[in-house]
Amino acid sequence: MKSSVIVFPGSNCDRDIAVALEKMQFKNQLVWHKETKLPKSDLIVIPGGFSYGDYLRSGAIAGKSLIIDEVIKVAKSGCLILGICNGFQILTETGLLKGTLLRNKNLKFINKDINVKVMNNKTKFSNKYKKEQILKINIAHNEGNFFTDPGHLEELNKNNLIAFKYCDEKGNINNKSNPNGSLDNIAGIFNSNKNILGMMPHPERMVDELISNKDGVNLFSSLLN
Amino acid sequence: MKFSITVTLKKDVLDPQGKVVQNTLLNMGMKNLKNIRQGKHFEIELDEKDQAEAEKKIDIMCKKLLVNLIIEDYKINKI
Repeated sequence: MKSSVIVFPGSNCDRDIAVALEKMQFKNQLVWHKETKLPKSDLIVIPGGFSYGDYLRSGAIAGKSLIIDEVIKVAKSGCLILGICNGFQILTETGLLKGTLLRNKNLKFINKDINVKVMNNKTKFSNKYKKEQILKINIAHNEGNFFTDPGHLEELNKNNLIAFKYCDEKGNINNKSNPNGSLDNIAGIFNSNKNILGMMPHPERMVDELISNKDGVNLFSSLLN
Repeated sequence: MKFSITVTLKKDVLDPQGKVVQNTLLNMGMKNLKNIRQGKHFEIELDEKDQAEAEKKIDIMCKKLLVNLIIEDYKINKI
């Protein structure tokens, strides 16, 4: 499977995701944001980081870059797109995913391992996970507080478009297990065709027991499935 | 032609920064303070003589980049 990771000035998880993809046997390429052509890819990843120093709003400037027009084109024809952290913020700024990510409710940058529950395991991104499986994944963000309008929230619930929700170790989804104030504890969502996933947690940081755990591995092996 | 644009969070969107500023001012003894909402301000100069045309262009800039319409409102004023 061929993958491309888009690199912006200020991206800082591009290498991590490239290492994770290669470890999972993807044939990966890094693509600079000024390129106007995408290499043929089955998966495009928009990585985490602080593209353009988070100027204006997180992801706003990267969302208007040259390569993004190409990403939008292939996304609409069904190519798989994964946006992690700043990548999620960029996807909402392009309109490929609805909703937005506000400043964390407690106004603090949060970097810690948290738990999320797999809400839909019948997608290209999640078919190797068990339903309602609880994962321990790292988050590291200042703007991860998911917000959207009531119409979109209803659509997310009705069509099973919520990918992950923040929970505690036992799987309880409540205010206490919500690290950043996200609406309904939402940590990741799909678009209506389920070929685009945006998520705040970092699965690429969870592919090796030596430095963390392997809870992110099944996301990549789902894609290969 | 010069314009000022004020961008504010919509009424029902939480503004934790505004809340912190408000609490700090209250702690400083500003007793009559009722509410604070924090926003952004842009000053834009355009090479355009027709005001209606200029305002149209500014409006496009707001909608396409400067403002996130899901969470923010904006006001355009000529200065």
